[in-house]
Amino acid sequence: MTGGWLRRENASEWVLPRQGAMRVEARIYADETTIEALEHDVRIRSDWSALEQVRNVACLPGILEPAVALPDVHPGYGFPIGGVGAFDLDTGVVVVGGVGFDINCGVRLLSSPLTVAQIEPSLDALVDRLFETVPAGLGSTGKLKLSVDGIDHVLRDGAAYVVEQGFGRPDDLDFIEENGRMDGADPAAVSPLAKQRQFKQVGTLGSGNHYLEIQVVDRVLDPEAASAYGLEADRIAVSIHTGSRALGHQIGQDYLKEMVKASAKYGIDIPERELVCAPIDSEEGRRYLAAVACGANCAFANRQMLAHLVRSAFERVLGAAGSDLRTVYDIGHNNVKIERHTIDGRDRNILVHRKGATRAFGPGRDESPPAYRRVGHPILVGGTMGTASYVLRGTEIGMAKAFGSGIHGAGRALSRKKAAKKFWGERVLSDLGASGIRIRAHSLRSVAEEAPGAYKDVERVVAAAAEAGINRPVARLRPLAVIKG
Amino acid sequence: MPFEFVEHTADVGLRASGATVAQALCEAARGMFATMIDLESVDPVRRHVVRCRGDTLEDVLVEWLGSLLAQKDLTGMVFSAFEVDVRVKADGFVLDGVARGERLDRARHRPGTEVKGISYLGLSVREAESGDGWIAECVLDV
Repeated sequence: MTGGWLRRENASEWVLPRQGAMRVEARIYADETTIEALEHDVRIRSDWSALEQVRNVACLPGILEPAVALPDVHPGYGFPIGGVGAFDLDTGVVVVGGVGFDINCGVRLLSSPLTVAQIEPSLDALVDRLFETVPAGLGSTGKLKLSVDGIDHVLRDGAAYVVEQGFGRPDDLDFIEENGRMDGADPAAVSPLAKQRQFKQVGTLGSGNHYLEIQVVDRVLDPEAASAYGLEADRIAVSIHTGSRALGHQIGQDYLKEMVKASAKYGIDIPERELVCAPIDSEEGRRYLAAVACGANCAFANRQMLAHLVRSAFERVLGAAGSDLRTVYDIGHNNVKIERHTIDGRDRNILVHRKGATRAFGPGRDESPPAYRRVGHPILVGGTMGTASYVLRGTEIGMAKAFGSGIHGAGRALSRKKAAKKFWGERVLSDLGASGIRIRAHSLRSVAEEAPGAYKDVERVVAAAAEAGINRPVARLRPLAVIKG
Repeated sequence: MPFEFVEHTADVGLRASGATVAQALCEAARGMFATMIDLESVDPVRRHVVRCRGDTLEDVLVEWLGSLLAQKDLTGMVFSAFEVDVRVKADGFVLDGVARGERLDRARHRPGTEVKGISYLGLSVREAESGDGWIAECVLDV
């Protein structure tokens, strides 16, 4: 790419015009600070440039305009993190790098009728109990006893299976994306190795940027939507951020290999190896989509089990009132799905990849729970340990301009290597403790890598999404306590 | 140190080097496990044998690391010492390797961040430009 790459359309909207091998233009929704960082990486010919990754996505066959990057964009592999690629079902491709290894990594948000004042005296005990009870970190195993064959139930039925086994409330399923169970899952499309790696891990938190947070609804920004979601200021919430664990990882690894062969077989010109793919309308494409649905269901099951453990811990420490934790929503941010969109004035089904991006359907969509349909379903955006998380919602503008997609997190600003050099785990813990945030972590090294200073400012990312009109802030959640793997 | 971590915003860029391809692949394995545990704390007391193949050396790197990564979930093993032999065949390369380690002990091994997978981004196994040895590179998703 040569200089002067981007054309500014609006305050937080930039266009990378079609050039070279790009089949469509790309739109980047971001503030100036983020744009400067993207352009800097191109200027210094960085090995990993999010702008070049967006450009590469725009080169893929059957892609629909535009290739999208959202305000939390940063370099990934293949797709940038915060990247959206939508494809025509007949001429388009399905791309492993558009989903990644952590299939349906996402967030479950629970809300409690209790206020921060009511739980404050028990907060230390609650954190201790959660740290003991919730399996997290390298090598942890889950509490759902499954056989290697039994895990097929999880792959097919996701959170519905876990609720059926007695770990949850039936109404949980109404407030999970896809009702906690993606259609089209075929366990035969998942390797025995993936199942063997996973069957003991359902209901584990993982490590790295995964977390469990006790939060307080700090600010209501959109009273109508907050009321629909049951979010009130000063009330307690719990966020669980995790994905499909080893199953998703192995599916990603297996299908990267498959798609190398498929790309060659179908003569697909790949800009970069991590974008290996197959035609959506092919045996390989269909098999991968069936495997992704299994991975997605595994993640839904994982978060359902963790929600159950959180409720048990709350009940143990706070009594029966404590366990009244309602699912506000559960949504993923690494997925690929067939969805109905209006393209050039016509409603049709298309395939949408969101890598580090959530679905963000606006008001009136059938996919939203009935209670949320008028305002649109929530988008759950994880902040960093020391700052805030956000609940947002989709908009009509977002449907038209970004295939109904939303941000998913603050987005990293520093590499893990730089963060580990700059931040010392114990100091991060004590600094956050001094601000009243209790943290329990299984890995101090991970704490340094996940230090708040390693991330973009989530407030800026949310503001950019709002300024672009694609997502609308509903409520701000402040962390009280964090559990990390 | 024959492996080092290279800048990548969200993930871990790994560059490993060795006098031979085999040594570079051993160092890549050490680098991957160094992300997850404190290498020096792992006693190399149990053996795990790996045989894998690939059309290219890059494919072999991914298969080798992927096979070791799966072990942490299948058997709970983590590894700190490696031996590798790579042979050229008519249709690609075959790797025979031995990894030595023990079952993960979270108190002793000081876990870091779990590696989720080996991406194809920046994947390369090549002779060093200096002509002195081999380099194996990849980006690990964490």
